Amino acid sequence: MSSIAIEVNGVAQTREVEPRLLLVHFLRDVLGLTGTHVGCDTSQCGACTVLLDGKAVKSCSLFAVQAEGRSVTTIEGLAQDGKLHPVQQAFWDQHGLQCGFCTPGMILSACELLACNPSPTESEIRAGLEGNLCRCTGYTNIVKAVQQAAAAR
Amino acid sequence: MPERLFGASIKRREDPRLITGKGQFVDDVRVPGTTYAAFVRSPHAHARIARIDASAAKRLQGVVAVYTGKDLVDGGVKPIPTGWLIPNIKIPAHYPLATDRARYMGDAVAVVIAESPYVARDAAELIDVEYEPLPAVADPARAVQRGAPAVHDEAADNVCFRWQLGDKAATDKAFAGAAKVVKESFRNHRLIPNAIEPRSALASVNPGTGEVTLWLTTQNPHVHRLIMSAFVLGLPEHKLRVISPDVGGGFGSKIFVYPEECVVTWASRALSRPVKWTADRREAFLSDAHGRDHYSDAEMALSEDGRILALRVKTIANMGAYLSLFAPAIPTYLYGTLLAGAYQTPAIHVDVTAVFTHTTPVDAYRGAGRPEACYLLERMVDLSARELGMDPLEIRRKNFIPKEKFPYQTPVAVLYDSGNYAAALDKALESFDYAAFRKEQEQARKRGRYLGVGFSTYVEACGLAPSQVAGALGAQAGLYESATVRVHPTGKVTVFTGSHSHGQGHETTFAQVAADELQLPLEDVEIVHGDTGQVPFGMGSYGSRSGPVGTAAVYMGTQKIKEKAKKIAAHLLEANEADVVYEGGKFSVKGSPGRFKTFGDIALMAYLAHNMPKNLEPGLEAISFFDPGNFVFPFGTHICVVEVMRDTGQVKVLRYLAVDDLGRVINPMIVDGMVHGGVAQGVSQALWEHAEYDENGQLITGSFMNYALPHADDLPSVQVGRTETPSPVNPLGIKGAGETGTIASTAAVSNAVMDALAPFEVRHIDMPLTPGRIWEALQGR
Repeated sequence: MSSIAIEVNGVAQTREVEPRLLLVHFLRDVLGLTGTHVGCDTSQCGACTVLLDGKAVKSCSLFAVQAEGRSVTTIEGLAQDGKLHPVQQAFWDQHGLQCGFCTPGMILSACELLACNPSPTESEIRAGLEGNLCRCTGYTNIVKAVQQAAAAR
Repeated sequence: MPERLFGASIKRREDPRLITGKGQFVDDVRVPGTTYAAFVRSPHAHARIARIDASAAKRLQGVVAVYTGKDLVDGGVKPIPTGWLIPNIKIPAHYPLATDRARYMGDAVAVVIAESPYVARDAAELIDVEYEPLPAVADPARAVQRGAPAVHDEAADNVCFRWQLGDKAATDKAFAGAAKVVKESFRNHRLIPNAIEPRSALASVNPGTGEVTLWLTTQNPHVHRLIMSAFVLGLPEHKLRVISPDVGGGFGSKIFVYPEECVVTWASRALSRPVKWTADRREAFLSDAHGRDHYSDAEMALSEDGRILALRVKTIANMGAYLSLFAPAIPTYLYGTLLAGAYQTPAIHVDVTAVFTHTTPVDAYRGAGRPEACYLLERMVDLSARELGMDPLEIRRKNFIPKEKFPYQTPVAVLYDSGNYAAALDKALESFDYAAFRKEQEQARKRGRYLGVGFSTYVEACGLAPSQVAGALGAQAGLYESATVRVHPTGKVTVFTGSHSHGQGHETTFAQVAADELQLPLEDVEIVHGDTGQVPFGMGSYGSRSGPVGTAAVYMGTQKIKEKAKKIAAHLLEANEADVVYEGGKFSVKGSPGRFKTFGDIALMAYLAHNMPKNLEPGLEAISFFDPGNFVFPFGTHICVVEVMRDTGQVKVLRYLAVDDLGRVINPMIVDGMVHGGVAQGVSQALWEHAEYDENGQLITGSFMNYALPHADDLPSVQVGRTETPSPVNPLGIKGAGETGTIASTAAVSNAVMDALAPFEVRHIDMPLTPGRIWEALQGR
């Protein structure tokens, strides 16, 4: 077992974990943060996307021990003081989700996309979300949501 | 009075939890003491299971149990049944774990239960299965050839059933006298649904009552409970509670009773421990029911001036290794019945041979039979136009069923409810300048750019299904829907619906219907679904039935509530019931709006009950079962514009326009979203997705690395438009919206690509229209 200290959504977490424990399972099963989902096993779908020191990463492709000493933001940590993050608000306003399973990862990828490129074109949005799969929306309203969030910044 | 909610694009009530990580999917459910299941799956498409040695696995610390197919049979587990019968169908036993032979790659042969999911997987790897590989056949056309390996001893020729529909003699006669006969063969290839949430099951026994609670990714929890309890596990139905919480997409794949939930439920009882299983994506590829997989030969007979005289179709449909729950219905009643499409074809005959192969079972995937019919028919219409030198729109208009002819009896058994096909086409052409496009296309060709336009003027059948019709067609159950409307003493309302939402937004749309009818604010209505412990009964959601059947049941329930409330109001207002009106949430006597009782006043009295009309029971609750008299038949025109790259064979979708007639629409925003997503799945079948087996039955597209699910940068934004022809089949005039996009779009895209390739005289290329296939077709041209 390895001892790790990770800041998750602003709270310091110290745990003993198996070295092979994936970060996504640490978040879901150890901390109970089940908003981060697992949709594949080849790091294609992006449902498990979280922010690691502000960068979008696929938490199924990292061991929890690799996040030692770092800061993780999950979907549960995005809204502040009960107020939705502009990207969350935009997904709601634009009907950017249907089943909602890919949504946490999609929202966090969109957050990073907008952090890197505050006013992306439609094709930049589509390219920027290339690492996240959605099977319900055909992406039409996800693009609109990211456009709204960009305009709201 | 609140504004009318029906027809308003109200933001979804389920979203706040889903965008903040507070949704609860099955894998998110936590029960203390849970153990975890991992399945051992056959790497061979066909093999005799000679021996299973689990000794090393059992020695691993944390392993609780290992079970094989024999253990389950000894434990009383019965085969999983099929819910739709065809005359002379062969139904081989489908045990949850294979007992003698593995019959497809991924067929489960053993299961490990362990204290953690990691240990369960470790142990599954330690199980030593001795297989004796046998010859396999994956291709349905090869499976019916002489000498092909048999999947089941009881079907030595691999034929599961043969089925025909239509007047063969009339069809043959029409062909004999036709000026023109157009022929083509089509391969409608196999797909894998790939809802982003993998299937998951968690079973837990209450030791005090013996009740089993099963949290399950299902589109129809009551159907699961009925089949698992009555047929597979022999567990009393009232001792099994199935809860389907938030479900991450289904597209049909979460309708069926699968081996894994049967094993997990059985094991939780055997061990008196909660048992959970969640598929990984590799397992989803191997074990979720696949879709499509047809070979068809089609012939269309036409007059010289382009009137369609007859259609003859022969189809071989792949059932996979076992018959999944609804599998027999898909290439028959949901396929052959749609071959008339939007056209007045006087004679149609279809002949279907359903075959077993050593592949994952095939069942309903979004559209289910109807996309196969629409693709074949709309391609044949385009090919006919080309051979007759006609414009693709001219031939369509010439053959459309005119609006005066509805209800319209087709030669393939169904009665179309209502329609106005020309109006949908006209509406689409308002947003697409066809003449200008043809000019642009001509100019572009001169510059070596190849643009194409494709039309799909489709009809589909949904709102599954009228019980009488379904029963006559072979369904082992009618497909009505139920709703319970419970008014609480304070006048707040809970609606329990048998429909199930896995992305459709029922908590919003069903509340819109109920709140409107009861004249209450939306906040006063809660929708409960997906729990057999709360909802009395339900058939669930598939076949675009939640709107036309599920909300209709809610509507009926609210009418019963209003009737009873009116009796109480009349009593309290000391008036004749006939003189009482309900407006703006208030009951008053006609002509005296000042004297009234609110809905809340009536609800309270219904439960306080000290001043009720004589002979009226206390309480204010109603259950309704809505069983429609017919299917509903949405229709529309889809237009796709593509560019094909001459040198690489690459296809770029430049524009996609969908004009659909879905009858009346409860929430346009939500319906638009369904169309977007449906179109994406059809475009994706036309261009990219393809589940491929090699000649040994190995699935060679078994992950997202080699099965091309579209990304955001592959797809265009979809433009949506609508016409509105209410359906007379249900009281709300709804036609159903979940599948039209997928049904119409493969033909629109394929027709567009073939139009782009017309200068090269390429007549037809089977889907998926990958760069490789197009490039190959262009060689030497």
